[in-house]
Amino acid sequence: MTTFDFLFQGILIAAQPMNLLYALIGVTLGTAVGVLPGIGPALTVALLLPVTYKLDPGGSLIMFAGIYYGGMYGGSTTSILLNTPGESSSIVTALEGNKMARAGRGGPALATAAIGSFVAGLIATLALAFIAPFVVKLALVFGPREYFALMVLAFVTVSSAFGDSTLRGLTSLFIGFALAIIGIDQLTGQARMSFGIPDLLDGVEVTTLAVAVFAIGESLYIAAQGDQGPDKVEAVKGSVWMTAQDWGRSWKAWLRGTAIGFPIGAMPAGGAEIGTFLSYATEKRLTKHPEEFGNGAIEGVAGPEAANNASAAGTLVPLLTLGLPTTATAAIMLAGFQQYGLQPGPLLFATNPQLVWGLIASLLIANFMLLVLNLPLVGLWVKLLTIPKPWLYAGILLFATLGTIGANPSVFELGMLLAFGLLGYVMRIFGYPIAPVVVGLILGPLAEQQLRRALAISQGDPSVLFTSPVAAVLLFIAALALIVPLILRARGRGQVLSQLAASED
Amino acid sequence: MSQGHTPSTEKRRPDRAALAIAVFLAALAGVIFWDTSRLAKIASYSGIGPATIPFVIASGLLLLAAWTVFEALRGDFPVRERQQVGPVAWIVGGLAAQMLLLKPLGFSIATGLLFALTAAGFGKRKLWFTIPIGVALCLVVWLIFAGLLQLSLPAGPLEHLFW
Repeated sequence: MTTFDFLFQGILIAAQPMNLLYALIGVTLGTAVGVLPGIGPALTVALLLPVTYKLDPGGSLIMFAGIYYGGMYGGSTTSILLNTPGESSSIVTALEGNKMARAGRGGPALATAAIGSFVAGLIATLALAFIAPFVVKLALVFGPREYFALMVLAFVTVSSAFGDSTLRGLTSLFIGFALAIIGIDQLTGQARMSFGIPDLLDGVEVTTLAVAVFAIGESLYIAAQGDQGPDKVEAVKGSVWMTAQDWGRSWKAWLRGTAIGFPIGAMPAGGAEIGTFLSYATEKRLTKHPEEFGNGAIEGVAGPEAANNASAAGTLVPLLTLGLPTTATAAIMLAGFQQYGLQPGPLLFATNPQLVWGLIASLLIANFMLLVLNLPLVGLWVKLLTIPKPWLYAGILLFATLGTIGANPSVFELGMLLAFGLLGYVMRIFGYPIAPVVVGLILGPLAEQQLRRALAISQGDPSVLFTSPVAAVLLFIAALALIVPLILRARGRGQVLSQLAASED
Repeated sequence: MSQGHTPSTEKRRPDRAALAIAVFLAALAGVIFWDTSRLAKIASYSGIGPATIPFVIASGLLLLAAWTVFEALRGDFPVRERQQVGPVAWIVGGLAAQMLLLKPLGFSIATGLLFALTAAGFGKRKLWFTIPIGVALCLVVWLIFAGLLQLSLPAGPLEHLFW
């Protein structure tokens, strides 16, 4: 069967009334939560995971797809109307978008963001559908050592290649690794780091860690800054529709943003941020209205917003085909798969094609729903933005703990939530990136498994890791990605890298 | 590690808080070494057993601890924003209260307290007003999630009135 047949079948699955309803609930909840200031897509997905616990895997993943895209849309609304973007990948959107809103052009800014996200989401999701089968074929050739090398590369790019300190990125990653050791060793059944406590034998739940470091850590950090007065929400004045000139200036930016964002997301190289920054720089160079940049140029919203969504779809390529999460959001989605005992990867395309293609098709459907829902409901999202902080964060913590209690109502689990929340808070104070902890926790055990398999095949000879050309090249790139930024920072050229900072989400 | 909010703004001074982080990392490495020493006896066919990777990770943590000491002494850590202890204490207190009261009093009362104490951390200190709101809201959440979505949220005296 060709990709078209598979995609068509996927659409048939996704278009069943129940699944459409799940997708609708997903996009609505995703947007509503994603709009809340301080909540990025990673936290949106982690907070809404419990909603999907009781659904069947298909329905749950379809709702997930909606939540994921909805969270991305919601974030851009926040950064345009409020100058504190909820996700680092929409920082760039805030640069021009917030200026536009202040100048009374909030409507067109929201419109170009929404339509740009739609165009990018559509193209990128189709690209995902067409590229995925090829990557799956490639992945079938991969042995344990190639997988291991790929994961090493992902570790380096997620933790230390971007952001402002190699040391702090790697420290975050290793804290994640240390947490990942806890529990029963998958290959020998030995209990590690569990100190005789039965609750620790199952290891640390990814969702518990993610909710704790993102939601609780962030709440503590914001609270500790004291009362800084209410944030200023820009009212949406005038029409939300774009003029012909807006269209003319936007459409090329959308396409360029998509072309930049998707490949970057699809590479095992972490983060939607890089794509948005590159797109912004490109638009700034190509624009016919350079004087508007910094004062609210519509290209500066259209391009990065498209890049953002395209790379969000792009991250699903390594996630679905290789089982390799390259962002915190993808790590939590992987945890969502694992709760049904599904391991994304080439095998899933063979054993469960309805599920994978249903998911891809529902991304397309979610994308359409968001376009229809978003602009008319903009007034509602603005209302959500004006929730006073005490109620907002009280509500966030209510739902954060709800998820943990729903998964495992034990005092011990809540204790871990509190401990990791404090960890996330302290990490924020000292400028440690948060995403590497989550990625380290979920990807660490998978990397260990592949490494031990590779070494078991070679009867313990470590040179086998470098003798496969693919693995050798991947490890070489990983080494470069570790060393080059280190040299750049030592020579005082680190600013560029810290601008591309990895996702705090 | 939670003592880390001491502000240190002068540059090129040994950064005490960063040194504390180094100690934490080294201690974490120590715990892993101690735990793996127990497993090290189990050798496997490939020469790489359950203790190998933890050993590598612990070694990495030690290296990072040394690196942290180095940066702390050079004053390379970023300048921190001033942290207020009060709000953090309110929220941590709320989470602790929820943890301890969840089983005896049920979801709504325990989480309602968390809600009110978090709001207090953000400046709404009228607990006589916020606790009832929190409990009522959590009861609604309980009815939706435990009732309709069949999530297993602990029930207490309040929930038993309704279900």
